[in-house]
Amino acid sequence: MKEKSQVEDIDRSIYDIKDESKDSFKLQAGLTPEIVEKISKEKNDPVWMQNFRLQSLQIYNEMKVPDWGPSIEGLDMDNIVTYVRPNTGMKGKWSEVPKDIKDTFERLGIPKAERESLAGVGAQYDSELVYHNVREEVAAQGVVYTDMESALRGEYADMVQKHFMKLVKPNDHKFAALHGAVWSGGSFVYVPKGVSVTIPLQSYFRLNAPGAGQFEHTLIIVEEGAYLHFIEGCSAPKYNVANLHAGCVELFVGKNAKLRYSTIENWSKNMYNLNTKRAIVEEGGTIEWVSGSFGSHVSYLYPMSILKGKGSRMEFTGITFAGKGQNLDTGAKVVHAAPDTSSYMNTRSISKDGGISTFRSSVVVTKDAEKAKSSVSCQSLMLDSVSRSDTIPAMDIRCRSANVGHEAQIGRISDEAVFYLMSRGMSEEDARALIVSGFADNVSKELPLEYAVEMNNLIRLEMKGSIG
Amino acid sequence: MSKKLLDVKNLFVNVDEKEILHGVDLSVGKGETHVLMGPNGTGKSTLGYALVGNPRYTVTGGEIWFNEENITGTPVYERARKGMFLSFQNPLEVPGITLSAFIRSALEQRTGGRIRLWDFKKELAKTMELLQMDPSYAERDLNVGFSGGEKKKAEILQMLMLKPSLAILDETDSGLDVDAVRTVSKGIEAYQKTCDGSLLIITHSTRILESLHVDYTHIMVDGKIVRTGDGSLVDEVNSEGFAGYEKDAQ
Repeated sequence: MKEKSQVEDIDRSIYDIKDESKDSFKLQAGLTPEIVEKISKEKNDPVWMQNFRLQSLQIYNEMKVPDWGPSIEGLDMDNIVTYVRPNTGMKGKWSEVPKDIKDTFERLGIPKAERESLAGVGAQYDSELVYHNVREEVAAQGVVYTDMESALRGEYADMVQKHFMKLVKPNDHKFAALHGAVWSGGSFVYVPKGVSVTIPLQSYFRLNAPGAGQFEHTLIIVEEGAYLHFIEGCSAPKYNVANLHAGCVELFVGKNAKLRYSTIENWSKNMYNLNTKRAIVEEGGTIEWVSGSFGSHVSYLYPMSILKGKGSRMEFTGITFAGKGQNLDTGAKVVHAAPDTSSYMNTRSISKDGGISTFRSSVVVTKDAEKAKSSVSCQSLMLDSVSRSDTIPAMDIRCRSANVGHEAQIGRISDEAVFYLMSRGMSEEDARALIVSGFADNVSKELPLEYAVEMNNLIRLEMKGSIG
Repeated sequence: MSKKLLDVKNLFVNVDEKEILHGVDLSVGKGETHVLMGPNGTGKSTLGYALVGNPRYTVTGGEIWFNEENITGTPVYERARKGMFLSFQNPLEVPGITLSAFIRSALEQRTGGRIRLWDFKKELAKTMELLQMDPSYAERDLNVGFSGGEKKKAEILQMLMLKPSLAILDETDSGLDVDAVRTVSKGIEAYQKTCDGSLLIITHSTRILESLHVDYTHIMVDGKIVRTGDGSLVDEVNSEGFAGYEKDAQ
């Protein structure tokens, strides 16, 4: 085409408003046993957790930084503040949350979303949850939705201890160890046997303090025959120093249970997003991941599903949008460890303005996984010639009766399709935006309506620009 | 003399540095139906694309006038808003927008105002019935998974909804079975009657023309119009083929 859209950087203004740092407690930067002990003391950890943190720190110090994937040289751990406590305790009523923090979440539309479409909401500001609420009728069914700290000390303390970092162990990789040492905040969800939570629960993570790390831990246990949809949203304003997000998500899906875990991640572009998510699924159970990665400077994100029980299933639907200065390494992993298990990955990645997006998939079929089925499909779209897109599939199949498929496509926006839309009166910019949101359709179709709208707006913003 | 809607003057067009059209002259009056025939690969579709302004088709000489305005350098979407329409030989599949939403948004681009949803739905349903299209297609993604015949019908549907003043139909009858040709032909007839629209029908077969009134027929050979006549020229081509004209051109 003669004309080209100049695709501009996203207008992040509503995410970028920084609040003045008015933390009541902030640790010095860097990481030593003393700092970890201080976090433990500040959080009033049980003894086992105190020890767990110190052991994790030791593992962290012994492990090497990963030598594959995007560079994380810009991340200087000695300068990351691991713990920032906002100047408030946990509130159960929105009106009690301090005004400045409340304003931040109001701007992001969190309380509105709760009023309209959610069964429960948790909001984390820097290292601690500042707000938590769950609808009465949901709580009456025995559903527990609380912050991790309360869970550690409350009625479910034993359950937490039994599951905490058992799926993602601190020695999994260096940043899992870091997480084990300094984790703070996050959510604990328990859905009892046979209970179906018909409206989604949501957690929203906001990192406000400059040069800080966010290390929230999410632990979800869905018992036999139960159903839950959990939504996680993340954002942060942009500072000149690097911020780090090394959260950890552990999901336990019981027999014939189903869990859908949706994420729309829109971290600012100075964020190193080194997040670990993992699910283990019992017989006949299903885990569904819906994942949108838009923000961050560097991401390493590969949600993993362990299909442990016969006939268990996983589905992963994802989209990654890498713009200027972004190197997003995303994907999914699955281990088929039982017969008749099935997995389906369907991802899209978009890169523009020199952005790099890499899709990594890993499919492991053990010798016991008779008749396992796996299908991986990845499509990439590059919006210009300076951007980059890679697909790196890995497969380890140890069972003859397994059926494994992989399909990858890398392309550009077809000029013919743009011309077709323009021949009906659409401007080039609109035509391109329409094609890109159509490309992202696999994800938006899986999201609740209001999130799909937000995602499409995000894409439109990314695509908006002057034609010249 | 009636005012000309389209006036093509000595048009030269290149595709990928290669000259395809070597000086085409063509005039289409308001409400007239013109047929452009000729052997494969002589530049008929090239003329269609050049008229609506596909940037891959470079005009190297001559001018295109539409409604007494020189539009030779006007971008494609503005030509569409001024009332030009091209029915594609191979309509593209665009996921993410439904046929109905697409037509509505195109209509709003064309008229510059908002369209009342109720009126729109009613007219869309009526037009789809005329074209014997299943109503469910309105809510399906634009052309995605449509059969060849349904794609062509969807093009005619867009034409009838957008009511352009000039519609260029590029091989709309190719790949259609007898019934579908009849249905599409009925749609074109409706356009002639209700919109008082002008037509340039590009074809190398004559099936689609059987029940249509044709004012002028042009024969294109090797990037030039070598003969122009009335509707009866179609019958001549039918019995004689293009061989005679190809000889003339050499």
